[in-house]
Amino acid sequence: MPGMWFDSIDDAVTRLGGTGYLTDPATATSAFLAGRLEKPLLVEGPAGVGKTELAKAVAAATGAELVRLQCYEGLDEARALYEWNYSKQLLRIQAAREAGEGASWDETHDDIFAEEFLLSRPLLTAIRRDQPTVLLVDEVDKTDIEVEGLLLEVLSDFQVTIPELGTVTATRRPFVVLTSNASRELSEAVKRRCLYLYLDYPEADRELEIVRSRVPELDEKVARQLVELVGRLRELELKKAPSIAESVDWARTLVALEIGDLDDATVTATLGVVLKHQSDATRAVRELRLAAGTAARV
Amino acid sequence: MGAVRRSAGLVDRHVSFVEALRAAGLSVSLAESVDAVEALGVVDWDSRDTVRDVYAATMVKRVTQRPTFEALFDLYFPRMIGGGSERLLGDDDPEARAEQGVGADGETPDGEGDDAAPARDNAEALADFREQLAAALAAGDQAELQRMAAEMVGRFGAMPGRGPGLSSWSAYTALRRVAPSELVDRITAALADGGLTDDEARRAAGRRIGGFTAAVEDDARRRIAEEKGPDHVADVALRPSLERIDFTSARRTELERMRREIHPLARRLATRLTRERHARRRGPLDVRRTLRASMSTGGVPIETHHKPRRPHRSELVVLCDVSGSVAGFAQFTLMLVFALRDQFQKVRAFTFVDQVHEVTDYFRPGADVTEVMADLAASVEHASRFGRTHYGRALTLFAREHPDAVGPKTALLVLGDARSNHSDLALPVLKDLADTARHSWWLNPEHPRHWSTGDSAADQYGALVPMVECRNLVQLSEFVHDLAL
Repeated sequence: MPGMWFDSIDDAVTRLGGTGYLTDPATATSAFLAGRLEKPLLVEGPAGVGKTELAKAVAAATGAELVRLQCYEGLDEARALYEWNYSKQLLRIQAAREAGEGASWDETHDDIFAEEFLLSRPLLTAIRRDQPTVLLVDEVDKTDIEVEGLLLEVLSDFQVTIPELGTVTATRRPFVVLTSNASRELSEAVKRRCLYLYLDYPEADRELEIVRSRVPELDEKVARQLVELVGRLRELELKKAPSIAESVDWARTLVALEIGDLDDATVTATLGVVLKHQSDATRAVRELRLAAGTAARV
Repeated sequence: MGAVRRSAGLVDRHVSFVEALRAAGLSVSLAESVDAVEALGVVDWDSRDTVRDVYAATMVKRVTQRPTFEALFDLYFPRMIGGGSERLLGDDDPEARAEQGVGADGETPDGEGDDAAPARDNAEALADFREQLAAALAAGDQAELQRMAAEMVGRFGAMPGRGPGLSSWSAYTALRRVAPSELVDRITAALADGGLTDDEARRAAGRRIGGFTAAVEDDARRRIAEEKGPDHVADVALRPSLERIDFTSARRTELERMRREIHPLARRLATRLTRERHARRRGPLDVRRTLRASMSTGGVPIETHHKPRRPHRSELVVLCDVSGSVAGFAQFTLMLVFALRDQFQKVRAFTFVDQVHEVTDYFRPGADVTEVMADLAASVEHASRFGRTHYGRALTLFAREHPDAVGPKTALLVLGDARSNHSDLALPVLKDLADTARHSWWLNPEHPRHWSTGDSAADQYGALVPMVECRNLVQLSEFVHDLAL
């Protein structure tokens, strides 16, 4: 069904922008293609560049509901797909016995493996929904290989077979976003089925826009200084470079502290918001002092 | 190559592009290639960038492959052909440009050379051009800079009349003649007038000139590809992706980028190790816990519980050759090993050229990477008295001065190219060390085909200690992973 998600790349830019998610052309292109070709979109990139936000923005922009599967080590089928509600089934059997209904095994069997006793987990929920759905499989690199196999099956055909109920096929394919921090390589098979988008730190202009739209209270001059500084921090060899999320945090901090100018003292005092390693902070202070020295001479 | 140049079809171009990607080490499957074509069918071809983004989304599934992809894309789907900027860029009809880039390959390069007007090359034109360039750089007009890069190669980088087989365009010549890097001060001044601080202006100017230089190099490559066919240029002008670049042949900028990769790499390795250890941790059955757990399932032991297996963590001793030829390799290995230090019980590191020097203390936990590198570089003089690699002396000294370093629980790593300037090899000393240690390996940054050529004693040492080829980040991380597991 073409046109269900975005009509064109420009449409994607506009509508995602409307929800406050400012995209670059590559992101918009990938989002458009994922919707049009009905393929899952695998988003990789450093922490805090807006991978999860992208899924949320797509949901908001298209009026779809977001179904989220957070991955972690040890996630299994019962948590990802579906599970039978054992205790409720037991209760049902006991109740039947006490009421003295001499029901046969077949009847009981049909009875307890019915819709009522099924606990639907995110993957099944997303497939069964009639309304537009965005399925977010977050941090897919944290799962075990087995879950990857399960995802593969679900994401290629968008159908799930429940032995007692039969096969459930998606009436409406969800828009699937998988995110990964690349803590391990995903299997070739998963990658092959997905469109791939690498989200990197944005260019200065776009970051400025993002900071300004997220923290409109911040003075434009300070915002500019902040983005410039963050850009320079990223150029240093740090253990953990500041992400967009951290720039925004920094902007909020500055607003909260009512700071009108980002001078050296303020930078040093608030650096902890963006740099989370002691050695990174020491290094940044040293390098920035150097720069501050030259600026002072002018 | 000839076939590609004769048939101008879009599909052929796509197929040869995919083949070039595969040749460059990207695993593009047939399914992905088909996806790409399908995806191209649903977008408007109104800009070259869109086409590139679509290709990237469907066929490039690893960040590290992106630079390779970009370079090949520029070759197979050039921005324009010939010098034809006035004609094609002027009317700003990107669709025409994209189609030209794909379809008009059959035109002879000579034909285009004419309207590129290389004749307008004289001192006056050069001065004029530099004026314009300074203005464009100060304004930061990307489209204009792109056009000027093409014009610059066309006018000042042309080397007509060279023999067959030699390319007639040179980015080097063009850059040397126009010398954009000399414009830094002017652009800085212009930007500073625009309200930036002096410091910001200087950095911005540096960035813009860097970008322009890259554009000029790209344009020269594009023109050469046009003459000789993209396949030829793809073969000679492309660097392998970062993780596959040899340590010994890496350029300075590449080494810097590799250094930035070390920490993420260590983190990935650590995650992988924890997970794999976890999976192998199931020890013998824990009867008490299994019975206790079976209570909740009516006495049926559905889930078994196991005693954790005692982790064995080895001590690691790294002995590195830090002489000029292999210093970079030693640094990477040391950094990676120390980034993963909590995976080992204890790590000690020694460097040598002809003396032995312990460097364990440089790697304080949480220490700054660049500082460590500087310290390491400075420490080389402690490891060298005569300045010529002498494996025999270094091994003997190591065994004598640090007899406590290698014990029965130690894993010993020797790093180096085993090129000992034809000196004494001290084979018995190494044999003793290898016998004492629990495991020992020798990591050699050279390709196996160079082992035991010239003064390399790879075979002699390899007979005592297993010798492992370790030329790039991929091989290094695989080795360290197996070592830590």
